[in-house]
Amino acid sequence: MNEHLLAWIRLNIAEGIGVARKLELLRMFKTPEALFELGRNEWTRLGMKPHQADSLLCREKLDESVQILKLAERKGIRVIPIDHREYPEFLRYIHDPPLVLYARGIVPSGLCLGIVGSRKATGYGMDTAFRLASDLAKEGCVIVSGMARGIDTAAHTGALHAGGKTIAVLGCGPDQAYPPENRGLMERISNNGAVISEYPPGVKPQTYHFPVRNRIISGISIGVLVVEAGQKSGSLITAQTALEQGREVFAVPGNINHHNSQGTNRLIKEGAKLVLSAKDILEEIPWSLAALPRNNRSPDSDAEQLTFEESEILKALGAEDLYHDQIAERTRFPAHILFNSLLRLELKGLVRKDITGRYAIVAGR
Amino acid sequence: MFSRVATCALTGLEGHLIEVETDISNGLPGFDVVGLAETSIKEARERVRAAIKNSGFKFPGRRITLNLAPADIRKDGTDFDLPIAIGLLAAANIIPEEAVKGYIISGELALDGSVRPVPGMLCKAITAKELKYGRMMIPALNLPEVSVVQGMEYYPVRTLNEAVAHFTGEARIEPAGRIELGRTARAASELDYSDVKGQSHAKRALEVAASGGHNVIMIGSPGSGKTMLARRLPTILPDLSFEESLEVTKIYSVAGMLPPHTSLITERPFRAPHHTMSAASLVGGGRIPQPGEVSLSHHGVLFLDELPEFGRTTLDILRQPMEDGFVCIARINSTITYPSRFMLVAAANPCKCGYYGDPVKPCNCSPRDAERYLGRLSGPLMDRIDIQVQVPTIRYSDLENRREEESSEDIKKRVSRARAIQKERYAGLNIFCNAGLTSAMVREFCKVDDEGRRILRSAFDRLKLSARAHDRILKVARTIADLDESPVIQAPHIAEAIQYRSLDRTILA
Repeated sequence: MNEHLLAWIRLNIAEGIGVARKLELLRMFKTPEALFELGRNEWTRLGMKPHQADSLLCREKLDESVQILKLAERKGIRVIPIDHREYPEFLRYIHDPPLVLYARGIVPSGLCLGIVGSRKATGYGMDTAFRLASDLAKEGCVIVSGMARGIDTAAHTGALHAGGKTIAVLGCGPDQAYPPENRGLMERISNNGAVISEYPPGVKPQTYHFPVRNRIISGISIGVLVVEAGQKSGSLITAQTALEQGREVFAVPGNINHHNSQGTNRLIKEGAKLVLSAKDILEEIPWSLAALPRNNRSPDSDAEQLTFEESEILKALGAEDLYHDQIAERTRFPAHILFNSLLRLELKGLVRKDITGRYAIVAGR
Repeated sequence: MFSRVATCALTGLEGHLIEVETDISNGLPGFDVVGLAETSIKEARERVRAAIKNSGFKFPGRRITLNLAPADIRKDGTDFDLPIAIGLLAAANIIPEEAVKGYIISGELALDGSVRPVPGMLCKAITAKELKYGRMMIPALNLPEVSVVQGMEYYPVRTLNEAVAHFTGEARIEPAGRIELGRTARAASELDYSDVKGQSHAKRALEVAASGGHNVIMIGSPGSGKTMLARRLPTILPDLSFEESLEVTKIYSVAGMLPPHTSLITERPFRAPHHTMSAASLVGGGRIPQPGEVSLSHHGVLFLDELPEFGRTTLDILRQPMEDGFVCIARINSTITYPSRFMLVAAANPCKCGYYGDPVKPCNCSPRDAERYLGRLSGPLMDRIDIQVQVPTIRYSDLENRREEESSEDIKKRVSRARAIQKERYAGLNIFCNAGLTSAMVREFCKVDDEGRRILRSAFDRLKLSARAHDRILKVARTIADLDESPVIQAPHIAEAIQYRSLDRTILA
């Protein structure tokens, strides 16, 4: 049993003491072991309140710490305390950092950028998140997100697609696959970055975990990009914490009539930086990104020739996502040509049809 | 003091000859009915007694024994009233016994002696003709229904007195021989596809479905017009042939659902049962099995709105009739078969609240729920639905200033032509349209040109279509090619068919 990590976990789960106080104690003692070596008397002399001492010495909490550490070891989950060199630099300086992170994979050291958005994303949102994540990852950015459905998933997949690094911050233990359909994605993320959480292994997701988790996504990053958010989206909480932590907030504009774009458009109105391409984000990063490792593994580009009809359809879809009938209305192509061209565009990966039957441009491929 | 009168009983659509034997003998006055008679027949005693009395005859106050032969078939229904009364009067020597020979008699009696119509008369007439009985005495109100069975003499009666007067020779009834066919009022024909503004994609999908007999599912938010589109589907289906009409009419006749004064149903049925319906009302059932919705929509359209809301068992039961084209309902003493060759049109909201992906109205479902909603449909039932089409909500601005919409009549012409091509191609085979193709037949009849094959292959690679979608795409493409009068399936046909498989695509690969 690793006594060092055990002491960390024990300090971390002690109740009744705030994070600020714990950090203060650590500054005094340097390590948690040193803290636990002293007894109640010395602590009282240093001004610790009796109930805080009780809580630190609490027998159940010690047992619980042992359990957590054993479980972590069995499940191959690494315990990364705040003084560990792998602990993300930016996160260390927010006002309430997690003392201990539980992680699968190796936490990448590059500059991080959070990408968040609606779980009920539209085709437009999914594609934008995917493309921006992939472009930024190519520039060496580490893409941080929450592995939720919708935008989060698109952001992670985009980063992985570009061969970049990505971090998923979970609202449950890092051994829990949530949502369950992202189990495969979780595996890929831990092989190309890390799945991290402040919750120890075995902890199930709870609704109140997620807003707390959001402070880590923004805290770890130099800025947060909101791709699609409704009026009451959790992504807006992330944007709020990002502002409180002094991070940049970026937002992708959207259709003003679409409820999924109300949140992002409002952010822009309130001063968030409007993002049209990855360049808009890269130029906000105050130090030279040239120093960062560049990743140039670009996905295969099939620059096939477009027919007249195909480019006309793309032009029509440029403005907004359209149903089959609307495309027919605008292009005035006969049905058989339209069917054929739409399928070919789909097969070329230029256009996508979503579950509601709307066609959307798959941007930037 | 004995008489024998012939009548007809039905099990399902099948008729059987039943002989009503009446014996009147000395003994304590009584009236016994034997021969597996159900309650409604036992009750006939009281109706017959009252009807005879109120028609001015004396009810024989002696020991009456009535046998319904063959005695091993269960009999039910009120249509034995008239033959029992006639038999009794014959046994009582009021009617000469020989006069009733060669007649099949059927009808219900009211207490005042008037004769009421009974269900299933069409099937009885067909049975009577098969059994070489040339004469039938039936309730006058049933006359239009039987008139399609030609070469018979029908003696319509309104009261018991008329019947007695006919047999005694006091007042012969003129047989209604050749009767002009009263066609059904074409109620649904007030509907027309030109009423539906826009939605040309969905209309085209339904045209393809109608042409190939394919089952369809429409997905769209509430108010997008799914029901409106489905209701009009019978208006573009080819007209019923005489045999088909007869089959449909038989079912409605047995179910007692034939509209009054109707001889033949010429309109394709459209049935839209609610999703709270029981399994028995879907496939048919009851102690004496009645035809269910699948049979009532025989040769027509069965529309299941809100498909995911139907019980899983209900939908599972649907599979066998869809596959076989008939339902078998087994009961202790008989198995009844009703035909059920219908076109299934289903409609579904994209999610529980209905507004998933709607640009204006927000959807209250969690994404998981939304995914699950249609996911519930996966499996064997969806395997039998060839065409999946989305019906978008139309904005008000799109409804105005539109050019003239195509009428059902125009679409129907194309559908009928495509159906004719199929009928010719599948002559001698056991199928009528492309939807019925088995996988072996798909290989034989669905020849695709090189370009079409190329596009099909890349579609499977890129769009991650499921393997079972393959045959379905080919069948639908075959229909589209038939609409185009093209013997070979070409690339645009394949392209269109693939667009009708939108649920197969994974949302984010």
